[in-house]
Amino acid sequence: MKIRVNGNEVLLEKAVSLKELLTLQQVRTPEYVTVQLNDGFISASGFEDTTINDGDVIEFLYFMGGGQVK
Amino acid sequence: MIILSNQHYQEILTHSFNASPMEACGLLGGIVEGDVKVVKKVYGLTNIDQSPEHFSMDPSEQFAVVKDLRKNGWVLLGNFHSHPASPARPSEEDQRLAFDRKASYLILSLLEKDTPILKSFRIQGGEAVEELVLRQD
Repeated sequence: MKIRVNGNEVLLEKAVSLKELLTLQQVRTPEYVTVQLNDGFISASGFEDTTINDGDVIEFLYFMGGGQVK
Repeated sequence: MIILSNQHYQEILTHSFNASPMEACGLLGGIVEGDVKVVKKVYGLTNIDQSPEHFSMDPSEQFAVVKDLRKNGWVLLGNFHSHPASPARPSEEDQRLAFDRKASYLILSLLEKDTPILKSFRIQGGEAVEELVLRQD
């Protein structure tokens, strides 16, 4: 099946969960990743239960934050 | 090295002063030529922490920026945030939360309000290395 991940076409041999997809995308810290699936946000607690379907559009990006020097 | 125009610098400055005393944050889009990053656009984002000591970028705004970058054929060069009352160097938290080793992490110190200092860093494995920032017209 064919999906789009961060603007790029990705072919998958079988259905995977969002968590598995992030692993395939070499995301090492999924807890610090924000995901949009077909323009809707998916919380980290839903990564494992969300199945990726043919034609899905997934965007993910890393949390960006920090703080000043104490 | 990262190159930005004086107008881009002013945009970072204005966004940061407008947010002060809270931390300001944003993203930098542009092109990469060899080892040189050239900023084409500064995106001022909302600090959803609304804190003088912390920042978290609004994810919705981040996604909108990514789509704008793609539309223009640019890439995400890095990000910036302000330190309203501390020097322009990465805090432990900045380094811990730096997940993109290719990104430039710009910090604008407003410690001396009349002489703001902008520095850029690359952060890998928790270690920050300063990179040259070139401002030009």
